[in-house]
Amino acid sequence: MPTSPRAELGRRALLAVNLISRLLGRGSGTVIGGRVGLRIDPELLRHLRPSRVVLVSGTNGKTTTTAMIVEGMSLHVASNNTGANMPEGIAAALAGSRSDHAVLEVDEAWLPSVTESLEPDVIVLLNLSRDQLDRANEVRQIAENWRRALGAVSKTKIVANANDPLVVYALDEARGVSWCDVPTQWRRDATACPRCNGTIVYAKESWSCTCGFVKPSNITTTLNGDLRILGRNLPLRLSLPGEFNRVNAAMALTAITVLGDVSPKLASMRLRGLYSVAGRFGEKELWGRKATLLLAKNPASFSVLLEALVDDKRELWIGVNAEIADGRDPSWLYDVPFELLGERVVYCFGTRRLDLATRLAYAGVRPQVIDDVKNVPTGSGEVVAVGNYTVFQEWLQESERR
Amino acid sequence: MRIAVVYPELLGTYGDGGNALVLQQRWKYRRHRATIIEVHLSDVIPAADIYLLGGGEDGPQRLAASTLRKRKFAKTINAGAHVLAVCAGLQILGESFAVEGDTQFEGLGLVDAVTTRGADRRVGNMALDISGKVLVGFENHGGVTALGSGVEPLGTILKGFGNDGVVDGFQTEQIWATYAHGPLLALNPWFADHILSTISGQDLDPLESIADDLYQRRLGALGL
Repeated sequence: MPTSPRAELGRRALLAVNLISRLLGRGSGTVIGGRVGLRIDPELLRHLRPSRVVLVSGTNGKTTTTAMIVEGMSLHVASNNTGANMPEGIAAALAGSRSDHAVLEVDEAWLPSVTESLEPDVIVLLNLSRDQLDRANEVRQIAENWRRALGAVSKTKIVANANDPLVVYALDEARGVSWCDVPTQWRRDATACPRCNGTIVYAKESWSCTCGFVKPSNITTTLNGDLRILGRNLPLRLSLPGEFNRVNAAMALTAITVLGDVSPKLASMRLRGLYSVAGRFGEKELWGRKATLLLAKNPASFSVLLEALVDDKRELWIGVNAEIADGRDPSWLYDVPFELLGERVVYCFGTRRLDLATRLAYAGVRPQVIDDVKNVPTGSGEVVAVGNYTVFQEWLQESERR
Repeated sequence: MRIAVVYPELLGTYGDGGNALVLQQRWKYRRHRATIIEVHLSDVIPAADIYLLGGGEDGPQRLAASTLRKRKFAKTINAGAHVLAVCAGLQILGESFAVEGDTQFEGLGLVDAVTTRGADRRVGNMALDISGKVLVGFENHGGVTALGSGVEPLGTILKGFGNDGVVDGFQTEQIWATYAHGPLLALNPWFADHILSTISGQDLDPLESIADDLYQRRLGALGL
């Protein structure tokens, strides 16, 4: 509960604006109210802090990992499950809930300031890689900003990916880190050492640079087929597909273990009940086809997804836009290993479908360009539809129409 | 044909590897052989027909420049090889460049070009006129590059900023340099073929592909 009249005013204004916004049908109404509330009281987040706070940040997996922590705790928690992960959305999530617990995903660039306001109990740091370079121009700068912010926290426990050198670098001066030794395929942003710019050498189970920057050795969690946290095996049977979701789950369950409020074993079993996260992974109907919608918005997330789709025989649609929310520069398509798809046919959607089709053709894949959704391929087979951010949103809305 | 991608771990921020792939594939479609060689920081510079230098973040750009100097890269180029340099790669080939703050770092000195920090970061679509043909791309950099007298720019700006809002990049008999970053050869198939034709000394048959449609679409999107 807010502790100052000004914060209380901010909270009420936030809720009122969002209610009106929803009644007018202007979207889900989270960001605009948050903006008003923060205008009235810039310290609003601090005043809205519930007694237990978990933050989840990183380039990929934030929304899913946040959903997994919420599902695993099975408590009533405040969460920004619409993906509004900047201060406005976070303020709205906190103002709209009377729960003692908050599990929040936070945009990478906003993590330092949100951390300062909320003094979280636990922060989960998943990974850092290139994403929307036209806006956040350097991933190393984000690691640097994290490092400054996280070296200063004292009471916060941190759960972090030990196989991502940029994350490890960000925590160089942090204490109380529970390291997760989880499979991490994307290395292209950490081939040069963040400490000395030398070359990081990756071996089967470790990585190191000659300057002494190495993979942390005090590991809390391992995911090597089986999941082990603090020396205990946990059952991990997910309904969500892909190794990347097992990684998200391992980190979510480590956060739950560190938090200590619910049994990790029970939490782990609950994750099996999670079939869909914010419209992803679940089965939908899209233009008369039975489709699984997937979101992939940068090279790292596309890579892990393609890996999971190599042996998938379903019809594959890929959609790429270059709106502001996607990043206006689709150069990153050449950082995605589409060669993994071999010679399969891929239907290309989105305003940048020709950029995608050209990339696929050079990769040896067989693109089919869909200029008009009236001409989507007909057939009875199931479809896997992978879109980047705004394509995914369009597809999700289309599938939820009627 | 040997296509060398120089320091992809340092100069490969924006899908820069795409240019090597496009050159290789378009050369192969003409029934020739092409190999892509990745040159890493610890390698001596191998022999190649063309070296590709991509875009990079500030620290890595400095390291790439100092390592290329140590490895006498300029000598390799002066011996006759070609270079396609993009963004940070362009800046490295010049006399000097500034990345963080106003300190100037020594470049390779292959071309009389000096890059200083501009007031704003230039992010957006760009297009330039190269002897009557249009090259489309995307730029994302904070540099302003001044060319010495007698240095020929790659083209004149139609959209965007390039070196200084008037011209973009530079060219010599062996070097093409531009701020149009990332996989510019994927967007501009004619320019990819121009490079292949120049380094092989052969006239190439036209090659129709989806990339032509992409090029036309981008021209349309930029109102050109």
